[in-house]
Order: sequence, then structure tokens, then C-alpha cells
Amino acid sequence: MFGYAGRVLYVDLNTGKTHTEALNMDYAKKYIGGIGLGMRLWLDNSKQGVVPLSPENTLVLALGPMSGTMFPTAGNGHAFVAKSPATFGVGEAVAHGTFGAEMKRAGYDAIIIIGKSEKPVYLWIDDDSVQLLEAEHLMGKSPSETEDAIKDELGDYYVRVASIGLAGEKLSRIACIINEKTRAAGRTGLGAVMGSKNLKAIAVRGTRDITVAKPEEFMDMVKEFHERMKGPATQKYRTLGTVENVLVHNALFCMPTRNYRQAHFEEAGKVSGEVLNEKYVPKIIGCSSCAMRCEHVVVVPEGPYKGTLTRMEYETLWALGPYCGIDRLDAIIKGMDLCNYYGIDAISAGVVVGFTMDCYENGILTRSDLGGIDAHFGNSEALLQLLEKIGQREGIGDLLAEGVRIAGQKIDKGAEKLAQHIKGLEVTGYDLRCLKTAALGFAVSFRGADHNRHGAYAYDVKGKVDRLKAEKGRGKMVRDLEDVYSLIDSFIVCKFSRGTYYKELADMAKLYNLVTGIEMTPEELKIAGERINTLGRLINIREGLGRKDDTLPWKVMNEPIPDEGPVKGAFVTQEELDLLLDDYYESRGWTLEGVPKTEKLKEIGMSELESIVKGKQEE
Amino acid sequence: MVKIHERKFVSVDPDKCVGCQTCEYACSWTKEKAFNPMKSRIRVIRVNQVANMAVTCRLCEDPACVSACPRDAIKQSPETGIIEVDKDKCNGCGWCIEACDYGAIMLHPETKVVYVCDLCKDKGEPQCIKWCPEEALTLVTSDVLAQKARIGAVRKLLQDTQKK
Repeated sequence: MFGYAGRVLYVDLNTGKTHTEALNMDYAKKYIGGIGLGMRLWLDNSKQGVVPLSPENTLVLALGPMSGTMFPTAGNGHAFVAKSPATFGVGEAVAHGTFGAEMKRAGYDAIIIIGKSEKPVYLWIDDDSVQLLEAEHLMGKSPSETEDAIKDELGDYYVRVASIGLAGEKLSRIACIINEKTRAAGRTGLGAVMGSKNLKAIAVRGTRDITVAKPEEFMDMVKEFHERMKGPATQKYRTLGTVENVLVHNALFCMPTRNYRQAHFEEAGKVSGEVLNEKYVPKIIGCSSCAMRCEHVVVVPEGPYKGTLTRMEYETLWALGPYCGIDRLDAIIKGMDLCNYYGIDAISAGVVVGFTMDCYENGILTRSDLGGIDAHFGNSEALLQLLEKIGQREGIGDLLAEGVRIAGQKIDKGAEKLAQHIKGLEVTGYDLRCLKTAALGFAVSFRGADHNRHGAYAYDVKGKVDRLKAEKGRGKMVRDLEDVYSLIDSFIVCKFSRGTYYKELADMAKLYNLVTGIEMTPEELKIAGERINTLGRLINIREGLGRKDDTLPWKVMNEPIPDEGPVKGAFVTQEELDLLLDDYYESRGWTLEGVPKTEKLKEIGMSELESIVKGKQEE
Repeated sequence: MVKIHERKFVSVDPDKCVGCQTCEYACSWTKEKAFNPMKSRIRVIRVNQVANMAVTCRLCEDPACVSACPRDAIKQSPETGIIEVDKDKCNGCGWCIEACDYGAIMLHPETKVVYVCDLCKDKGEPQCIKWCPEEALTLVTSDVLAQKARIGAVRKLLQDTQKK
């Protein structure tokens, strides 16, 4: 067998027993790997209505078929899947680094973790040997410290570790899982799922050979992609990095600022990618097998946060900076470091702090509610103090660690309107009021507010459509993008490399064939993408989500953009959203309630899951 | 016999190395027809994210690995300076591994004898250099390295002077 390892590891934390089973090759062909395979395995290993932070919520870790090969960016990713404690629908998060390749060499395509350990443990996978080791001494440590401690006690530098921080241990709904110090499976709160299982970390060491079905052609393709990665398709990531977006989005008035009070940050010049690179980036590093490298390592050279070392991307810079009105890069970097230290998703964390500042300025939360913190927008001290509290769940941080949806509901007094989320997942750095293709993509994304399920903002930002208009046809645009993005996260290749697949699906199909030896046409691959996206939808339907949840944050639909400029007054009306949703559902062959029709499931080979939509087909 | 001044080895520029391990994959593919960093003659070490460096054999003069071998299984080629392991004589005792300052000679996970970079002598050029996407690896002599270092130092001096 090539590409796939052919084995799935089952770990029962209730009993401490583990065993392996053969990979279901029908699933592999239909759902590829990564989030697709992960979601399919999760569905088989979970019950409807499972409580996200209960022992019954299975946690799946899945790799793509290219993991462990030399193919640039394809060799190193891994995906976590479980029911999300943030959205109560399907949760999934992908991370790159070194962990995925190591796990493939240990000989597993997926790990299925069920139950809950009585005591804190970590999972130690040394090729065929699988053990649960005591982790009491690791509790409270950051993911980076945990990684070092585990490597130290196992006496092997090459052990790769994915772990949670204090936030995951304390079941924060914005907790993430980090590998290689700074690379997070960030979104949808899966760190809390790990924490709820008393599972501090997964450590893996693999020494098997990885080979591919058609080596010579494969190496030619690697060479070709090495060349492509030196070209224009990846230039942004190799130079300024994603932080380039700060000035781009700001100029387009699509950078949510101060918890969506504005769409433009007047101090953006101080926190731009240009300034970040000039003053704070000593080095750009790469993941295992990558030929483009993007990871901008930042170090604060002077001042109160001197010596802070972390990684910075647009989304995290935006969330901890402009979204909180903060114009100090050194404080933003320190904030990012705190998020990694406690193991919280920096996007969600920044949005939670922005929300808190909005509540404070509106008198909904008082200084005494906040334990004395003067949480005005722009106060960088307040940002760091709040992040500390959220990370430790101390004082107001205990409530804020639940994410903006639950915090908003519990605070009440109008706070819900200030909570900018979709399906319980905090928004990301695209002002949806003036990016209406993106708005649809965000609304229907099965994991909640997120740009990474579709990338539909590209049409708006690049001016390929009228970004202020909601019109028919956007549904198909979003749908096609979703299918490709679902494939990207299932293969798992890096989204930053998507531009190097000049022939998109044809290139992906070729890669799949050369690695696995399984024939797959671009058309079949497209259907696999549709299937994976439909699977995310089906899980959400099983867990009770529907059209009512395909909506937009309150401010996006009620507070027009106030800034003088090209998009003043823009927002999304209910009529516009309905038009976009109807168009999207129709293009997918779903009912007006957003339920995949029986014949659609049959068409794409998913009839086995028909029971989920039974009785929900009435128009 | 090739003198140390003429002896070429694979050197990494740590400013350029990003720790991507492409060299490890290229090496294990070339030598073992498998993607497996555990069988690579060149290894990447990353410490604290900013320090990344690929390390392999330096073809030392009077190499410690050769001196350390109690079975005369390791020799240095007088023609090329490449370290040669006699697989029949080596019993994997590991004295050479301990003796090498760079961790460049290693025990093979399957054959259980030691193995080390041979500059891909069958291929004409080291494949790690060919594949490195950052062009961080070069085949150099100690003289060239010293030259580079001198030029770098003086350039820095020039820049500092210009700033003043």
C-alpha cells in the first residue's frame, strides 16, 4: 500500500487499552484523509447529541495520504476532528509542522481517542508500541514547555509532540492544540476536548520508510513544484507573509476594527506587515518538506517585552491588534506569546478581548467586573491582563474563556449583540459588511465563522465581483471554493501553496495518483470535495444545526460601516442573506432549509448516511 | 592524495537554512529509495525556532571516527577524503559515533552498521545541495569557507562605517 499507512489506532482512555484496525479503504477513497476521513471516522465513533466536553465525545486525529512524503507542504499536516465545544457542531482544525510526517512513519492514518482517563496522561506512540504515560508533572505547563519536557524524559529530540496548555486543561472553549512550539490546530476549541479527556499531549516517533506508488514521476512532480514555489504564486508568503493583509484590508475598509465598530484602523501603519518585518522578524522558517517557507518568527528587540519570541500571521495580529484598537506591535507579539503559552486560539482570544472592551465602553461590564482592568479599546496593558485571566480562567476570565457567544448570553444586558461570532465561533479578519461573497461563505461554513473553509473573500478583495452586492451566482462561487478547500484540508496540503496547483484539481488528482497508485480523475476528486463538505453539513444536521444557524454576527446585519470611504453605510440585510442562502442551497442540491436531498446523497455516493436527513426533506 | 585544502564537503549557511528537512528527504530517497529522515546522512536541527542548521560529515583531517574504530572498519579515502565504512568489519559498537563532534556518523536502523555522507559520489554531486529550496547548502573547501567568513566580516565593517 502506498500513501496510506493502512492502519487506524484506537485508544480507549477509560480502560487504557489500545488496538489497531485496518483502514477502511472505501472511506479513504471517498473522503481522502485529513478532515474528510477524520469526520467520517468521527461519525462512526460518536452518538447523536453527544456533549462536547464529555468522555463520549470521540477525538479523531487524521493524516492525509501524502503525509511523510517529500511533496512540498503535503508531507507535514495533521487534522483534529471532534464535536466542537464552541459550535456544538462539527469541530475540525488542521496544523502543519513536523507532527504529521512523524505519525505517518509510525504507521497510522488516524488515531481515534475515546473515553476519559482517570488521571492526566499523555499518549506515547513509538512505532508499534503505544503507551499512556503519567502526565501529572506536566499539568499547567505550556505546550512549548510540555514538548521540551516530553522530549527530555523520553530522551529523544526527534519525538514530535502535539499538546494543550492550561486553557485546554481547564476546558476553555477557545483552547487549541499546538505542535512544534508555535503551530496550532487553533479553531473550534478542540484543545478543551483533549483536556476533557485528561489527555495532556500526544507524542509520536516513527521510523518506517515512506514510499510512493510511482516514484520517478513523483520526484519529477516534486521538482516541478519546487520551481513553482519560487514563483509568483507564493511570493506573498515568502516575503512579507500574510501580515501583508493589514494595509491591504485597511485600504479596502474591510478590516474589522474595535469589535466591528469600524472597518478601518487609523493606526494601521503602526502595526503593518511592513513594520513587523522590518523591526521584528529575524528569521522565516519552514515546516517539514516545505519548499516555500512562510513562518515569520518574531522577536521583540527592546522594551518591556524584550526577548519575546513567537510566530505572527495576519489573523492573529489583526485580532490582538486592530480588533482591540491596539497599535503597539510589541504588545501584540506579547499577546500572541501568551495565547501560545496558555494554548488558546489567538483569533478567538483577540475577538473575546475586543468584545470585552466593547462591553466595558458600553457600561455592560464595569471595572470591578473586570477585576480592576481599565479595558478601553487601545489599552495594550488591558489586552495582556485579560489574556492572562482568560488563559488561567481567573475572575472574569472564567466566563470569557467560554467564547463570546456563551459569555454574551451569560452577561446579557445587550452583550449578545456585541458578540461577533457565527455558530459560536469567533469571527476572523474580514469585515463581512462589505465582502458579501465572503459573508455567504462565512454564514454556511460548517465550522462557524471562518475564512479557511472557502476563501471566498478572494472574489471580493480582488475586485472580481461587486463586493457590496448580494446576487445570484455567489452560491456557486462559494460552493466550488468550499469543495476545493475541503480537499486541501483532506489531502492535507498547505493552503498557502494552493496557487502552485496551476491546474487545480488536475494537479491534485495527479499527485494523489502518483502517491497512492489509486486512479482518481479530477472530476472524481471534485465530487470527493463535495462529499466532504456535505459530510460536515450532515454532522451539523445530526447535531441539530440548520438554516437558522447559517447566519451572520449581529453587527454585520445591524450596524452599517460608519467610516468615511468607499464602503460607508454597507451592511448585510436579512433579505440579502436569504437570497444568498437560497442561491447557495440550490447550487448544492439542498432543500431551502439547507438539508442535502436524498437524491443528492445518492448522486455523490453517500446514501449510507441517508438516515440523517430522513424526515427533514419537506420544503 | 588530496590535501585538506582541496577537500570539499557539504556546508550549510545557517542564515539561509529554514529547517524544512528537504535535504533529509532527498538524501534518504537517493540512498535508500525511501522517505525516512532516520536514514538520512544529513540531519536538520532546530533549536528555539530561530536557529536551524543541517549537519553532515565535514571530512576532517585525521578524523576522530577513524581513530576511534577498534576494528579498523573506517577509513578515509586518500583520493577524496570521504569516510568509508567496511560493512563486514563494522559491528555497530558506536565508538565512532561518540568520537564525532558533529553527530555526522550514525548507526543505520536496519543494517546496524554505521553510515555517513559520501557526497553522493555515484551521482556526481550531493543530492541535498541539488534539492535544497533555499540554496543553503554548498560544496566547499575550508579555504572557501574562510574566505567567505572574511568577506562577510569586512562587509559588515563597511556597513557599520557607512552607518556612522
